[in-house]
Amino acid sequence: MKLSVWTYEGPPHVGAMRVATGMKGVHFVLHAPQGDTYADLLFTMIERRKQRPPVTYTTFQARDLGSDTAELFKTAAREAYERFQPEVLLVGASCTAELIQDDPAGIAAAIGLPVPVVPVELSAYQRKENWGAGETFYQLVRACCPKEGVERLPRTGPSCNLLGPTALGFRHRDDVAEITRLLGRLGVDVNVTAPLGASPADLARLPQADFNVVLYPEIGEPVARWLKRNHGQEAVAATPIGVGGTADFVKQVAELAGVDPAPVLEESGARLPWYSRSIDSTYLTGKRVFVFGDATHALAAARVATEELGFEVVGLGTYSREQARDVRKAAKRYGVEALITDDHLEVEDRIAELHPELVLGTQMERHIAKRLGLPCAIISAPVHVHDYPARYSPQMGFEGANVLFDTWVHPLMMGLEEHLLGMFREDFEFADGAAPSHLGHAPKASAPAELEGPAAADPQAADPAAADPAAEGRAESLAAETAPSASASTASASTASAASASASSASAPEAPPSGEPSWTREAQKELKKIPFFVRGKARRNTERFARERGFASITLETLYEAKAHFAGRR
Amino acid sequence: MSAPNPAIAGGAALPVLKERGQREVFCGLTGIVWLHRKMQDAFFLVIGSRTCAHLLQSAAGVMIFAEPRFATAILEEKDLAGLADANEEIDRVVARVLRRRPEVRQLFLVGSCPSEVIKLDLSRAAARLSQQHGPDVQVLAYSGSGIETTFTQGEDACLASMLRAQGPSEDAGDDLLVVGTLPDVVEDQLQRLFDQLGVPVRFFPPRRARSAPPVGRGTRYLLAQPFLAETGLALNDLGARHLPAPFPLGAEGTRAWLQAAATEYGVDPARFEEVVAPAEARARRALAPMRERLAGKRIFFFPDSQLEIPIARFLAREVGMELVEVGTPYLQRDHLGPELALLPDGVQLSEGQDVERQLDRCRAAAPDMVVCGLGLANPLEVEGMTTKWSIELVFTPVQGFEQAGDLAELFARPLVRRERLKV
Repeated sequence: MKLSVWTYEGPPHVGAMRVATGMKGVHFVLHAPQGDTYADLLFTMIERRKQRPPVTYTTFQARDLGSDTAELFKTAAREAYERFQPEVLLVGASCTAELIQDDPAGIAAAIGLPVPVVPVELSAYQRKENWGAGETFYQLVRACCPKEGVERLPRTGPSCNLLGPTALGFRHRDDVAEITRLLGRLGVDVNVTAPLGASPADLARLPQADFNVVLYPEIGEPVARWLKRNHGQEAVAATPIGVGGTADFVKQVAELAGVDPAPVLEESGARLPWYSRSIDSTYLTGKRVFVFGDATHALAAARVATEELGFEVVGLGTYSREQARDVRKAAKRYGVEALITDDHLEVEDRIAELHPELVLGTQMERHIAKRLGLPCAIISAPVHVHDYPARYSPQMGFEGANVLFDTWVHPLMMGLEEHLLGMFREDFEFADGAAPSHLGHAPKASAPAELEGPAAADPQAADPAAADPAAEGRAESLAAETAPSASASTASASTASAASASASSASAPEAPPSGEPSWTREAQKELKKIPFFVRGKARRNTERFARERGFASITLETLYEAKAHFAGRR
Repeated sequence: MSAPNPAIAGGAALPVLKERGQREVFCGLTGIVWLHRKMQDAFFLVIGSRTCAHLLQSAAGVMIFAEPRFATAILEEKDLAGLADANEEIDRVVARVLRRRPEVRQLFLVGSCPSEVIKLDLSRAAARLSQQHGPDVQVLAYSGSGIETTFTQGEDACLASMLRAQGPSEDAGDDLLVVGTLPDVVEDQLQRLFDQLGVPVRFFPPRRARSAPPVGRGTRYLLAQPFLAETGLALNDLGARHLPAPFPLGAEGTRAWLQAAATEYGVDPARFEEVVAPAEARARRALAPMRERLAGKRIFFFPDSQLEIPIARFLAREVGMELVEVGTPYLQRDHLGPELALLPDGVQLSEGQDVERQLDRCRAAAPDMVVCGLGLANPLEVEGMTTKWSIELVFTPVQGFEQAGDLAELFARPLVRRERLKV
């Protein structure tokens, strides 16, 4: 058993639903107990889809277990066919139905429906949502698409398929539009986009394209491999996220399509490069970012962060175990240890330990960052209603790069503002907790690494969590459980405030039994003069500097020694 | 007005359409979302699958700000293959939860569809864990599985498990027990009314799980929620006595509900009027403008929380809405007698669900408003219907005099919105 508070991915049948819901002409009969229908609201409420997902649930109850759940499935499948008249009937079982082993595939085949019945084995106790989507897409293609004998169509120009987008995807709607437009500028037609918007008949036309573009490898990869094996279609490997990623993508497409990439690259429409070079962005240099998401988005975000915004990646991770190897490789390049986990508590610990200046993550990390008072931008699923903005907001292509610039820079101080804060830091208006002026409310000063004595947790904070006793318990357990360095700085902070409270000695007090260097009163006072948004870093660096040299205490001298030591490492 | 006589109720005369088919409802695990907020020293550990965890996360919707006091122990392949000993696994996970949350005093092991199907004995596990972690922490078990419970029945199962664990008390006194989770603000209002009436009252579930009031022969109880069948039986087993009444929704319902207690505790009728009349008048004032908006509008209920019948009664009698169909997941006649007696003649009730057929009926009836779950609401809006999502009725304070206007307003708002929008 695995203890889980929040999950990054749903169960595999939700992945299957994402494929069925994205397509046309497919109906999914899911053997599932009462209650599993909750999944409908993901589509109708979070994504604001206008139709219910094309899913019929058998919704069996305990009393059915004693009689005949198989009969229930048979009835549901037959009625679903009669009512919805799909071109293909997809059948599968959710976790509970998997246990009762009714064999939906066999039952559905036995009814003798006049349309293809495609069974999916979803392995609910081993697999998760993205895998379920990839597997379902693969089974549908295998069932609907001939293995051989499909001719490439005589076209005026080259064409490709877009593989991977589904219903309830993170920005899939806008990514598809953006990449379709980009391909169009290159003179490449999109033959079929699938699963999103495709019918079973469209799946049969997949081999007519010259090559494939796998937008979301987590979902589209198995189909791309099958098409390569059976129809010899190459696939573009580059992920078109960021200016560099999109340029690589354009070049690879151009090569496969035999077209000239130069006109598109010269007139890309990307504003990110200039915005990043303009002087207001100087303040972005070396900002320490933590990146976490599905593998595709996390890898792309790390690249954009370092190469296109000049940030420093201090942490990189993913919940996609299937793609862990790529993420480990990339992490090595950035000189960090990859975090491969689907336990958000582990992610929280790592963020608290690293205390980055910006978190690029999922909705889960947004909550973590909010608790720790850190700025955050969303780069990946799991999705939230906010991830379906009314406006056009792709993540991919050159316009996507512009969106990334805006989205990631928005939570931070503007350059001039940061400069002014540094200049006027003695002014009470610029006291700790001053938030970027364009954001409404102050960040909550509850980061363990930033605790400044008992006043740190502001009970008046406008955050609902503040009124919640659970939040307090949370803060305690966090302090008790976070990784060594975070609790170490908490400990030293309290030691320091104890020292200043007693106002005993201004010069080197005894090192605490833990062997951690302690702050002298003057050094502590000096530390407070450093703008709050870099203070955590200054504190951590100084403590590391002192620890590495075995100092018992941190004096004014140590503080500035450390500052000099770390200078230029940004 | 006096408390209705349950003997004449029962809704025998009302037609009930019983249906079986696809049910578009939550399972009982969903109750954890409000139960863990109500009992702040309790923790809910679902022994289930990734689906259970995903449901809780989706039903909690906004993904609550703080770390929630609930979690899922997700069953994995090795648990099913018998490679891992289920009891050892549960012990390990519980120990980890309690280490992380030392403030927890009551831990519920919550059964799910998969744990029921593989027949994990959570009651035995709970007894063992209570020994291990007691007396500081008490561990109880109940099932919130979809194969056994629908939505609010999860709360019923949870409360029943608490009562069955506490056993009858010899010195429970003759306090009134108000049973069913109410928002704290409503509880405080009702407490003040009972204080003024001189009726000694306790609430169940308590705000801290381990300070549950004793229950015994002298205890009499009023139900604040209509979905507490098991809880009622558990109370009866402890010797407590039920005071039948309509539920405290709307001015009329709240008065009748209080009246049942007042009659039982011999409150002087003049005193009763003195206490109740001003609050009731206020409620009716708040309802008057709502009545203008809602009177004559035709409403259709899909089954969801079992609150449908009391709310339908309120809407029909206090703001003049016309009931097209009132669906409920389960028609609990024992406790709903007084409510059924107040429903208009000939109203169509339906129990259970075949969602596709019910949608057909709903489209054919073309009501002015549809009350339904979140999976159905937006698609019906697209079809031109005005909807009220039913889960809001469970999460919003709607009981008592002071909330009568708010309850009606929940139904008026979608209509007002539709009128306002010109896009």
